[in-house]
Amino acid sequence: MTEGISETIIGKYPDSRGHFGPYGGIFVAETLMAPLDELRQAYERYRQDPAFLAEIDKDLQDYVGRPSPIYHAERWSSELGGAQLYLKREDLNHTGAHKVNNTIGQALLAKRMGKTRIIAETGAGQHGVATATVAARLGLECVVYMGAVDVARQEANVYRMKLLGATVVPVTSGSKTLKDALNEAMRDWVTNVDNTFYIIGTVAGPHPYPAMVRDFQTVIGREARAQMLARNGKLPDALVACVGGGSNAIGLFYPFLDDAEVTIYGVEAAGDGLDSGHHAAPLCAGRPGVLHGNRTYLMEDRDGQIIETHSVSAGLDYPGVGPEHAWLKDSGRANYVAITDAEALAAFHSLTRIEGIIPALESSHALAYAQQLAPRMSPEQSILINLSGRGDKDMHTVAAREGLKL
Amino acid sequence: MSRLESCFAQLAEQGRSALVSYITAGDPHPDHSLELMRALVRGGSDVIELGVPFSDPMADGPVIQRAVERALRHHVSLQDVLALVKRFRQQDQTTPVVLMGYLNPVEVMGFAAFASAAAAAGVDGVLTVDMPPEESEGLVPALRSQGLDPIYLLAPTSDAGRIQRICAQASGFVYYVSIKGVTGAAHLDLEGVRAKVAEIKAQTGLPVGVGFGIRDAATAAAIAGLADAVIVGSAIVSRIEQLAEDPQAMLADVENFVTSLRQAMDGSLPLKY
Ligand SMILES: Cc1ncc(COP(=O)(O)O)c(C=O)c1O
Repeated sequence: MTEGISETIIGKYPDSRGHFGPYGGIFVAETLMAPLDELRQAYERYRQDPAFLAEIDKDLQDYVGRPSPIYHAERWSSELGGAQLYLKREDLNHTGAHKVNNTIGQALLAKRMGKTRIIAETGAGQHGVATATVAARLGLECVVYMGAVDVARQEANVYRMKLLGATVVPVTSGSKTLKDALNEAMRDWVTNVDNTFYIIGTVAGPHPYPAMVRDFQTVIGREARAQMLARNGKLPDALVACVGGGSNAIGLFYPFLDDAEVTIYGVEAAGDGLDSGHHAAPLCAGRPGVLHGNRTYLMEDRDGQIIETHSVSAGLDYPGVGPEHAWLKDSGRANYVAITDAEALAAFHSLTRIEGIIPALESSHALAYAQQLAPRMSPEQSILINLSGRGDKDMHTVAAREGLKL
Repeated sequence: MSRLESCFAQLAEQGRSALVSYITAGDPHPDHSLELMRALVRGGSDVIELGVPFSDPMADGPVIQRAVERALRHHVSLQDVLALVKRFRQQDQTTPVVLMGYLNPVEVMGFAAFASAAAAAGVDGVLTVDMPPEESEGLVPALRSQGLDPIYLLAPTSDAGRIQRICAQASGFVYYVSIKGVTGAAHLDLEGVRAKVAEIKAQTGLPVGVGFGIRDAATAAAIAGLADAVIVGSAIVSRIEQLAEDPQAMLADVENFVTSLRQAMDGSLPLKY
C-alpha cells in the first residue's frame, strides 16, 4: 500500500507552512497569525535545544512514569487464535492516558516563552485534567473550556480539574461540545495573546500544533518500536490505534512510517454505525473542508455546516481529525476503519475479563478492531495496539449502558 | 469601476467616512433580512456587510454567535445568502454588499462556482475571516476573475511586513480589527487605532475601515475622524436580538440606530443615542 510515496516519510511533513499534502495549513483570523508565528519560532528553537529536551525527558520519566511497558496479552491472543496481541500501556501514565505526554511538552514550552496563563479545550476532560495537572505543577494559571453538555456528563473530571486549581468554563454556544470548546479557547487566545499559551489537546488546529503535538506524542512510537525489537527481534506486523483528533495514533504510527512492512490501522468511532449518520468518523465517512485552523476531513452537511457527532466515548466525539491522518489516508500509508459503540463495549469487557485491564472506551475501539484482525493473521505475527488510556473515567458510562446507576 | 471603489471615491470627495453596517443573513428570521438590509441603507449605511452563517464562528463574540445560531435554526445556507443579495439588487443597484464569513461553506460550493454565483447575485466583496493571504491561492483568483474584491483583515498584531503584503493583495478596502479579541468586544483604544491606521495608510492607497469595538455613536464619530470607514456589527445585531419578536419595532430601531451613527459621523449630532 505504500506505492506512490517515497521510502522516507519521517521528517518530510509538514512543509514550512504546515501542509501535509493538501491538508493542514493555517486558517485563522489575522490577529492569530503573529502569535502562531511566535509559537512556531519558539518551538523550532526549543525542539533543537538539548536542555529543553532533557527537561521533557526527565518529567516523562519521573513524573509520568515512562517508559510505559509493552504487555503481551497472551490469554486474549490465544482465545482469538491468531496474531499475538501486544498493548502499549499508555493507560499506566500519570493521569491515566497519553494526553500528558503532550501537555508536559507544551507547558514547558509555555514557560520558556514567558507565558503565565494556560488555556485548553477538553471533551471528556482527559486533556483538561492533563493540562490542569502540569499547570498546577508549574504554578501557571489554568482555564479549561468545556462544552456545557460535557460538563454535565463528565462531573468527576470537572471536579478533578477544580481540585487541581483550574477554572472550568462551560461553553454554551453551538452544540455545547468539544468543537465549541475549541472555538471558545481560540476566542480566549485571540483576546489574551500577550500572556496566554493555548495547549491544544490533539494533532488538530493551525500549524504548528499538528506537528508539535505529534512530536511530543512520538515518544509512544519510539519506545514501542525499540521495545518490540528488543523483545521479538522484529517489528510488529500491524499497528492499531483509535483516532479522535488523532494524537495517540500519530504518536504510535509516526516512528514506523518508513517501515513499509508494518501495516497501520487508525480506528474511528462508528457510533451507531456509519450508515446511521450518528458517528464520529470523518476519515471513513466525511469529506475534506476547513475547520479549527486547518484543512482536513470533516463531518459536515451539504451546506458546509459542521454536524454533531456521536460516540459512546467522549474522547472520540470530534467532527474533524488531524490533517496528517488525512494525508496518510490519501497517500495509502495508513488504513482507516471504524468500530461501533457496541463493538467497542464488547472489546472493553473482553480485555477487562480476560486480561484484568480496564481500558478507556476510546482505546476499546482499537481493541475491537484488533479483535477482528487477529484471527485473520497467524500466531507468528503480531499486532501492537495503543492502549491510550484507562477506563476508570468511563465507569458511569458503561454502567449506564447496562442500565445501572453508580 | 467597482461598486466599492465608486462608493469610496464619492465619499472621499465629500470628505465623509463610509458607514459599513453588519447583519447576519437570516437573523432573526430569513423573512426579515431583505427589509433589514433596506433599513440599513435608509438609515445611512454606505456598505452592507452580510454575515454568512457558519456553525463554528471562531472569530465572533457572543452577540454574533447567537445571531448565527438563530439563522442556522432556519438552515440559512450560502445559497440562500446569495439569493438574498439577488433580491436586494433588484431594488438597489448602488449600495455595495460584502459577504463576511468562514471558508468552509465556500469550499463546499467550490471556489469557481461560488465566485460566479456571487458575482451574478450582485455581491461586491468577500471577506473570509479564517483565510489569511497565505492560504488564499484557491479562492482569491476565482474572486478576481469575477471582478469581486477580496477584503482582508489587518490586526493590532500585524507587523509592517504583513501589512504591506496584505495590502498588495487586497482591493475594495482593508479592514482593520481595532482590538485583540472577537467581534463585539469592548475597550477600543482610540490612540492605538489612530497610530495603526496611519501606519496602514502609509502602505496603501486603499480605503481603511475600522471595526470590532464600535458600539455607539460617539465611538463611530471618533473613528470617522481617523479612518475611511466605520464598521459596526454587534451593536446592530444586539438590537435585532432584543426586538426579534417584534419585526416592525426591530426594523424601526435598527434604522434609527444607524441614523444616529450616520449623524454622529457626519458631525451633525446627536452623539448619544
Ligand atoms: C484515552 C484516550 N484515548 C484517545 C483519545 C482521543 O484523542 P486522540 O485521537 O487525540 O488520541 C482520548 C481523548 O480524550 C482519550 O482520552
